[in-house]
Amino acid sequence: MPDLHPWELPRRYDVVVVGGGPAGMAAAVGACEGGAERVLMVDREHEAGGILQQCIHHGFGLHHFKEELTGPGYAQRYLEQVLEHDIDVLTDAYVLDVDASRSVSVLSGRYGRTSVDAGAVVLAMGARERTREAIRIPGTRPSGVMTAGFAQKLVNVAGYLPGKRVAILGSGDIGLIMARRLVLEGVEVVGVFELMPHANGLTRNVVQCLHDFDIPLHLSTTVVRIHGSERVEKVTVAPVDEALRPRMHEAWDVDCDTLLVSIGLIPDNELARTLGVRLDPVTTGPVVSSTMETSRDGIFACGNTVHIHDLVDWVSQESRLAGEGAGAYASGRRQAHDNVRLVPGTNVRSCVPHTITTEREHTVYLRVTQSLAPCTLRLGDVYERPLRYVVPGEMVTVKVRPRFLESFHGGALRVDVVPREEAGRE
Amino acid sequence: MRFDVAIVGAGVVGCAIARELTRYRLTVALCEREVEVGLGTSKANSGIIHGGHRAPDGTLKAATEWRGNQLWSDMARDLPFGFARIGDLTVAFDDDDVAYLQRLLEQGLRRGVTGLEMWDAERLRREEPNLSEDIVAALHAPSSGVVNPYEACFALAESAVRNGLELRTETTVTGIERGADGFAITTDRGTLHARFVVNAAGVFGDELARMVGAEEAGLRFRKGEEYLLDKRLVGFVTRVTFPCPSPTSKGILVTPTYDGTLMVGPTATWSEADDLTTTAAGAEEVFDGARRLAPGISERDCIAEFAGVRAVAADEDFAIGHTRVPGFLNVIGIQSPGLTAAPAIALDVIDLLAEAGLALEVRDDFVPTIDAPLRFAELDPDEQARAVRGDPRFGRIACRCELVTEGEVLDAIARGARTMDGVKFRTRAGMGRCQGGFCAWRCLRLLASSQDVDVSAITKRGGRSWIALPRRDDHAATEVEHA
Amino acid sequence: MSETSHYLCINCPLGCRLEVDADGDEVVEVRGNACKRGVEFARQEHSDPRRMVTTTVAIRGAPVARLPVATAEALPKDRVVDLCRALHQLRLEAPVAIGDVVLADALGTGVDVVATRSLERA
Repeated sequence: MPDLHPWELPRRYDVVVVGGGPAGMAAAVGACEGGAERVLMVDREHEAGGILQQCIHHGFGLHHFKEELTGPGYAQRYLEQVLEHDIDVLTDAYVLDVDASRSVSVLSGRYGRTSVDAGAVVLAMGARERTREAIRIPGTRPSGVMTAGFAQKLVNVAGYLPGKRVAILGSGDIGLIMARRLVLEGVEVVGVFELMPHANGLTRNVVQCLHDFDIPLHLSTTVVRIHGSERVEKVTVAPVDEALRPRMHEAWDVDCDTLLVSIGLIPDNELARTLGVRLDPVTTGPVVSSTMETSRDGIFACGNTVHIHDLVDWVSQESRLAGEGAGAYASGRRQAHDNVRLVPGTNVRSCVPHTITTEREHTVYLRVTQSLAPCTLRLGDVYERPLRYVVPGEMVTVKVRPRFLESFHGGALRVDVVPREEAGRE
Repeated sequence: MRFDVAIVGAGVVGCAIARELTRYRLTVALCEREVEVGLGTSKANSGIIHGGHRAPDGTLKAATEWRGNQLWSDMARDLPFGFARIGDLTVAFDDDDVAYLQRLLEQGLRRGVTGLEMWDAERLRREEPNLSEDIVAALHAPSSGVVNPYEACFALAESAVRNGLELRTETTVTGIERGADGFAITTDRGTLHARFVVNAAGVFGDELARMVGAEEAGLRFRKGEEYLLDKRLVGFVTRVTFPCPSPTSKGILVTPTYDGTLMVGPTATWSEADDLTTTAAGAEEVFDGARRLAPGISERDCIAEFAGVRAVAADEDFAIGHTRVPGFLNVIGIQSPGLTAAPAIALDVIDLLAEAGLALEVRDDFVPTIDAPLRFAELDPDEQARAVRGDPRFGRIACRCELVTEGEVLDAIARGARTMDGVKFRTRAGMGRCQGGFCAWRCLRLLASSQDVDVSAITKRGGRSWIALPRRDDHAATEVEHA
Repeated sequence: MSETSHYLCINCPLGCRLEVDADGDEVVEVRGNACKRGVEFARQEHSDPRRMVTTTVAIRGAPVARLPVATAEALPKDRVVDLCRALHQLRLEAPVAIGDVVLADALGTGVDVVATRSLERA
């Protein structure tokens, strides 16, 4: 094998970051800021940036860069920081395995199968899309049933169209944004079908992606059958009752050659699983401490690998913290142990991180189960804060400051989000 | 070109017959309507090599099941496909079931099936701790195994082609006429001539027989839905597990596939020949049935589903033999345990052809083996390192769920994969939990560039199953230089 | 003579259903808003609805087939589709730098269209 590479892959890094998407880039930068000198970021794609590279729409960076950017714009901003910090970026490479002693096995066409010893590891593999199979839509298995993300890659990066007449299942932001993208590319979008009684995406996207183009949004409706032996020929859709069961006698057929499935993301945590990291059964991602460290020493995790975010800005913020934690760990600096365990209570589906300390300020990310407006967020009986609204589709971020916890001496702290009146009565 | 034998239908039976025939000095053609071999009934089944004790007495099924079971070892020695004798269990929930197991055991012993053993509940608990605690006894058949049936078809066809078979895919037979010196077979891609015709056309078997005036088998079609579960459950059940059949149903099985992932199913409902739909009722039946055997199984773990159609003869047995049209053989109605029986059926068909006057002269240049494709995920770390040093394409991941490299995808294409399904069933790329979300674009590009066509020309499995369309403005616009 | 129109406020997930009484482009009254941002939104949306546009343009000589582009500022809503048609006729050649103007004064609106990422030559 001719040896063409300009540099040999070093055998040891302070921090190895698995994944070069928004989480990985922020973690790599964070690692440098946390004291790591040699940082390696590994990404399986030809270039870093992850899913941002295909999200060509606006809506990124308002919190982080105080400026509204597109996905590629946000990626480029962050990548510049990565390069400024002299981080080694290995693309077209895949992390096969991380073991408990933090030996990282990397596969790449350039360096073959090799392993790198890491002082600390950050898992930032992101998420994968739920598929048609995950919800078992009955019918045939023709071509033309694809995830919205795959269609997005076809259209925005590869320069192909997924079909001529498209139906979309799921009203999350990716589904809504793809509806507009396809219309602007001259593709007919026959409708968006949403199982729940409300749209899952931002109102802005409902208005600007659907209403602007007269694309019908069918709420409380789902796809109950796929037809077509070779290519999709039509889908049958039906309204659902309160228990989300299809009312088949009210079903109707929708002619289309493509069904985009946009029904959510699942943390990609195969590596975390093989490492035996403790997982949260609700988020399905690793359980993490206030520095985003997992249950394995020196193994950190952040971004959609941990829990699904709806704003990349929070991914960056959380991942920076994970990187700093990893950098500090690799430099031998241990941070104070967490003494507070957050327990999801009333109307709280999940909390990340899972533990915090009373010594520092923390951002806690919550998901609620039900929409409420107005309402009150409570941390045990030590802190409460009014909120104008909460919806399941939008993550709630709370800054928890040490002074809130002055009267709290450690242990489990329940997190509730309750209607405003109920909070007032107590 | 006049062939000695033309086989219609490249399922596992047609492929096995074709490969057996290439051991002799003969010219053989195999016609397949699909774009690749093995994509019909042979692909969409449980992939079980039955123990040999199960088929009812006095049937062709019984006459070929145990012989076929034994022949799979020979085939697996020569050809690269996934095959493992993991054993099977038939489990009993009550006294009637136990009596059935006893009859099954005696039937197997009469046929010479080796290793059969009755297990009590305690033994079963030790061997398969995740099976239901309500099971009171089980019959263990260690001779039983699982195979990746599509891999077997690909390997059989590749071996036959290597030994001179003329394989004509995307070729639909539209008419057959018997003349003075054999048959004229009309297809949508020209006419071919053959002295003998073997009808291995699966669900189209009766249709083909009708074209030439041969007996039909009264084929009806029985659909089976199967559901594949996430890798998380690898090892949860380690043997193919059957309930005792009820009067109305053969029951839902839990099958650890060759790759270890669990598959549950099949349903068995009468259907049209082309009904490959899965249904909500089917899923419910399958998961209820699977939970009865192994209560820890859940719908939530489903990562893929499919349905297959079996052609069922009027008498429920295989329809194999001469017909009233001399030189035209039927090998139809091959339902379960057809996969198990296929290698034995192939040998029987050779005998039938000899009876009908085909001269069999053994070749001395038959090559029984083909090179095994490299399976990166199955190599140890040193072997993986060596593979990448030898060819950097093995260092680039195409499918991350199943850890398939670009090198393997390109090898599959070199071996004949033309479609996304062809790549998927040869390499496993796209079979995992993300169902192609990550690898589909990579496989599309590799398929397009190695055939020197545009991505929009690549299909899922031939015909109109295109995946991406070119943009309308792609060739239209004038060139504008960037300022 | 005032007429009533309906808008869905996009400022937050409450998605207030706004009722706007207007005399032509002149907004007389806004109802249904939970906060004052709803009034501003309704005025803008009623009299001069504008949209940021993002799409892609064909590019040659780059590692990918399409260059993502965006309007530098919002464009009148009724020109969005026309703008995309015009952009899809462009053929660019790598390299392109982020912020490069791909189409100046698009459709005579005074709005530039710029590249939203850099693409090197492959």
